[in-house]
Amino acid sequence: MTDTPLLQVSGLTRYFDVSKPWLNRVLEREEKQFLTAAADVDFEIKRGETFALVGESGSGKSTIAKMIVGLVDPSRGRILFDGQEMRFEQGAAMRQLRRRFQMIFQDPFASLNPRWRVGSIIAEPIRTFGIASGADINREVGRLLEVVGLSAADAEKFPHEFSGGQRQRIAIARALSSKPEFIVCDEPTSALDVSVQAQILNLMRDLQDEFGLTYLLISHDLSVVRHMANRIGVLYLGRLVEEADAKRLFTEPQHPYTRMLLDAVPDLALSGRRRKPVTGEIPNPITPPSGCTFHPRCPLVVDICKQQVPAVRTTPTGRAACHLLEESALSSS
Amino acid sequence: MTELHKPRPTGRFGRAWDSDIAYSFRQSPVAVVAAVVSLILILGAVFAPLIAPYDPFNPASLNLMDGFTPPMEPNAFTGNVYWLGTDNQGRDVFSTILYGARISLFVGFAAVLFAMTLGITLGLIAGYRGGWVDSLLMRVADVQLTFPSILLALLIFGVARGFIPPAYREAMAIWVLIVAIGLSEWVQYARVVRGATMVEKNKEYVQAARVIGAHPVKILLRHILPNVMGPVLVIATIGLALAIIAEATLSFLGVGVPPTQPSLGTLIRIGQQYLFSGEWWILLFPSITLLALALSVNLLGDWLRDALNPRLR
Amino acid sequence: MSAPIEKPSEKTPLLSVRDLIVEFPTRRGTLRALDRVSFDIAEGEVLGMVGESGAGKSLTGAAIIGLLEPPGRIAGGEIWLRGQRIDNLPREKMRRIRGRRIGMVFQDPLTSLNPLYTVAQQLIETIRTHMDVSDAEARKRAVALLDRVGIPAAARRIDDYPHHFSGGMRQRVVIALALCAEPELVLADEPTTALDVSVQAQIIDVLKEICAERGASVMLITHDMGVIAETADRVAVLYAGRVAEIGPVRDVIQAAEHPYTAGLMGSIPTLTQTAARLTQIPGSMPRLNAIPRGCAFNPRCPKVFDRCRTDRPELIDRDNGRHVSCWLYDSATQKVAHD
Repeated sequence: MTDTPLLQVSGLTRYFDVSKPWLNRVLEREEKQFLTAAADVDFEIKRGETFALVGESGSGKSTIAKMIVGLVDPSRGRILFDGQEMRFEQGAAMRQLRRRFQMIFQDPFASLNPRWRVGSIIAEPIRTFGIASGADINREVGRLLEVVGLSAADAEKFPHEFSGGQRQRIAIARALSSKPEFIVCDEPTSALDVSVQAQILNLMRDLQDEFGLTYLLISHDLSVVRHMANRIGVLYLGRLVEEADAKRLFTEPQHPYTRMLLDAVPDLALSGRRRKPVTGEIPNPITPPSGCTFHPRCPLVVDICKQQVPAVRTTPTGRAACHLLEESALSSS
Repeated sequence: MTELHKPRPTGRFGRAWDSDIAYSFRQSPVAVVAAVVSLILILGAVFAPLIAPYDPFNPASLNLMDGFTPPMEPNAFTGNVYWLGTDNQGRDVFSTILYGARISLFVGFAAVLFAMTLGITLGLIAGYRGGWVDSLLMRVADVQLTFPSILLALLIFGVARGFIPPAYREAMAIWVLIVAIGLSEWVQYARVVRGATMVEKNKEYVQAARVIGAHPVKILLRHILPNVMGPVLVIATIGLALAIIAEATLSFLGVGVPPTQPSLGTLIRIGQQYLFSGEWWILLFPSITLLALALSVNLLGDWLRDALNPRLR
Repeated sequence: MSAPIEKPSEKTPLLSVRDLIVEFPTRRGTLRALDRVSFDIAEGEVLGMVGESGAGKSLTGAAIIGLLEPPGRIAGGEIWLRGQRIDNLPREKMRRIRGRRIGMVFQDPLTSLNPLYTVAQQLIETIRTHMDVSDAEARKRAVALLDRVGIPAAARRIDDYPHHFSGGMRQRVVIALALCAEPELVLADEPTTALDVSVQAQIIDVLKEICAERGASVMLITHDMGVIAETADRVAVLYAGRVAEIGPVRDVIQAAEHPYTAGLMGSIPTLTQTAARLTQIPGSMPRLNAIPRGCAFNPRCPKVFDRCRTDRPELIDRDNGRHVSCWLYDSATQKVAHD
C-alpha cells in the first residue's frame, strides 16, 4: 500500500486555443491555431521525495503544475493522487483530496491578497476546510508563523509590511495550514534574491523532514533543482525529454537537450571548464518543428529526428526520449 | 540620519492621518477647498429642516404677498427681509435651495449606489466568468453606450410612467428618476470592474484560493471585490456629480421630481421663467448652488483618481 | 574623506566614481540610496556590479549616465569619464555623452528599441547622429555590426521591425545599437535576466567578445553571480547602497573577505556542491529608512564586534588589488586580534 506513488500522471496533455477571433479567421482565411503546452507527459512521485520539473519558457512546466492542482483542466490524460483519480468539478471526495495538497507560488508580491491581514491569509485554508474554529484558529496561525520563522504577532500586519522573503514564508505557512502531504512549488524562489533564496530552500527542506512532505518543484534553475530534488524531469516544448535520478542527471545526461542545458549553466566555481556554445533559441510553440521538436538545435541530429517523434525509453539513469538512444539500444542488442 | 525619520503614529486615526492618501489630500489645495465646499453643501442639505429659516413646503406658512422679494430688501407689502429673496409663490429661496439640494443629493447618491451595485455585480461576473457571458454583457453595454445617457433616462422615465397608475406617479417619481439615472450609468462601473477583475483573477492570491476549492462567489466578494474598489470609488465620485447634473437636467425638462418637492433642477426651471422679467435671483442662486456642488464633487473625484493612480506617484 | 582606491596603472582610469551619494527626498525624510560609492573602471576592463535588489546597483548605473528618476538626485561625489567630470554636466551635453561615449544595454530589449521603426532606421540614425558618415556608409556599418553580434542574414533582416525578432535576437540588436557609435564604456544593466538559460550564455559571450574587440570597457550590473564569474575581470559587491568589497573576480568568488560576500557566495546553490543545507545569512537587507548605525551589515554579520555597531568602515586597501569595507581588516583591529 505504501508503495503506491503519491502522485501518478499519465498521458497528460493540454492544448490552448490561440486562434484569432472568428471573424478575423474567416476574413484572413486562417485555420484555428492551437498551442500544445503539454503533450503526453507521464511521471510518478513517491511519498517523501522531491520531484523536479525543469525547462525553459514554453516548456509547459507551469501548465503541468496548474493541471495537477486543478487550476487548468487537462485536454487529455489522468492524474491519480494516492490512487484516486482527481476530478476537480466537485464532490465531497474531492474536498477530502484537496485538503491533502497545496501550492506555493512564484511571486510573493502577488500571492498574498494585499487587503487581508496575514492572520486571515493563513487561516483561509483552515476555515475553508473547517479544520479548526474560534480561538483555535488564532493559536494555529501563531504556531504556523513560528514554524516558518516569523512571530505570532505578525498575524496582525498586512503583507506590504514584509520583505519578499518574509512574504514567501507567509505563503508557505498558508500552504502548511491545511496540513497537506503534497506541495506543488511553482518557481518558489525565482523572484527572490540569492541570500533569501537560500533561507527559503533551507526552510523547505526542514519542513519536508519535519512533516514528511512530498514536493513537486517547478524551476528553470538547474542549480536549485540539483540542490533540492531526488529525481528530475526535463521538459522541452511540452514534452518530457528525460527523467533521471538527480545526481546522475548531472553526471550522465542522456538527452542532448539536457546536456545543452547543463552547458549553459554559468560556472561559478571558475574551474576553467570551457562551455560549449549553445546554439539557437526555443522555437515558437504554436508551430513546433516536426519529429523531435529539439532537432533544429540538436548537434547530433539525424534524418529520422525530423520525421518521427521519439518514444520514451528506459536508460541506465531513468528514461529519455531520443532516437539516438534507440539506435544504440538496437545496435547493442 | 535616523533622526530624519519621524516615528510613525499609532492608533487608527493617527495611521489614517499619516497615510499616503491623507498626505496627498493635505498637499492639494484644490482638493481641500472642494472637500470643504461639498461638505458644507451636503451638511446644509442633510440638516435643512434645522437650518432653513422657513419651511417652503408648508402651504400654511406661505404668504403670496411675499412673492418676488429681492434679496436683502424688505418686501413692499409685508416688510419681511429674505437673504436670497423669494420666488413667485413667496417661498424663501435660501430655504428652497437647502431643501432642493437635499432632493438632488438624495437622488444623486441613490442613483450612484444603484448604478454601482448593478455595474459591480455584472462587471465581476463578466470579468471572472469570461466567455459568452462576458461577450453578451459587454455587447449590451456597448449598445447602451451608443445612446446619450440622458436620452436613455428619458426613455426609461417615459416607459415607467406608462406602467405606474396616475395616483402613484407623484410619489413614485423620485424612485423612477433614481432607477432611470442608475440604469443609464451602470456601464462605466461594469467596464472598469470587469477590466480590473480580469487582471486580479489571474493573480496568484486568487489561484491560491482556487487551489483549496474556495467557492467562486466567495472568491469574488472577499478576494477580488476589495481589490477593484479603488477605481470604482473614483468613478462613483465623478458619477455623483454626473447624477446630480442628470437629475437637474431631467427636472429642468419637467420629467423629474414634481414641483411640490422641488430639486435644484426644478428650481432652475421655475427660475428661468423670471430671468427676463427682472427677478434674476430666483434663477441665479439655485444655479450657483448646483454649479458649486457638481464642480466640487467632480474636482474631488479628479483628485482621488490622481491620488490612487500609482503611475503618477 | 575620500576612500582609498586602487590605481590599476599610473594611467587615469576610464571611469572613476568618487564618494557618489544619491538621495531621494520623501515626506518622511531623505533616503540615502547610495552612500559614498567609489570605484574605477580601467580601459578595456569588465567590471561586474552585484548586489541584491535594493542594494543600489542599478541606481549607480543610472547616476553615471545621468538618468536618475526624479526625485532622486546626486547629492554628493564626483563621476569622471576619462578625466572629464560628467556628474554636473548640463542635460544636453550629457545626452551627447550617452550613446556616443557610453552605450547602454537594458534588461528588456523592448524598452531600448522603438517598435515603430525598423532596425535599420534606428541603427543608421544612431550612427549618423554621432558620426559624420553618409547614409550608405552607415548602413554598411550597421549590417556589419548586426552580422558581428550574430544575427543571421543580417543584410536582409536589418529592414525588419523589432517585433519580428525573438527575445535573444532583440537583445543582440540592442547590443549592436549600444556599440554602433563606438563608445568607450558599455553599461549593461541585467542584460540577460529576461532571457532563457540557454540564450543567456550566448548573449553574454557576444557582449564580452565584441567589447573586447573594440576595446570598450563594460560595467555589468547583475544579481547573477554566475554571469559575473563568466564575464567580469573585477567585481564590486554592493550592500545597502555602499560598496562592501571590490576585487578581481576569482579572488572575490573563491576567497571573499567581507562577511556579506562570503555569506552571499555560500548561499548560491551550485551544480557541484553536495552540502545538504545552504549557508544562509539571517534576516534581510535593511530598508533605506532603517539602515543601522556603523556598518550596514552589522545586525546580520556572524563576525560582528563592538566597533561595527558604532563606526562605519571605509574601503580598506588590501594591497593585492582588493578593497574591502570591514573592520576585520583594519590594522588596529588586526593588532588586537594578534595580541
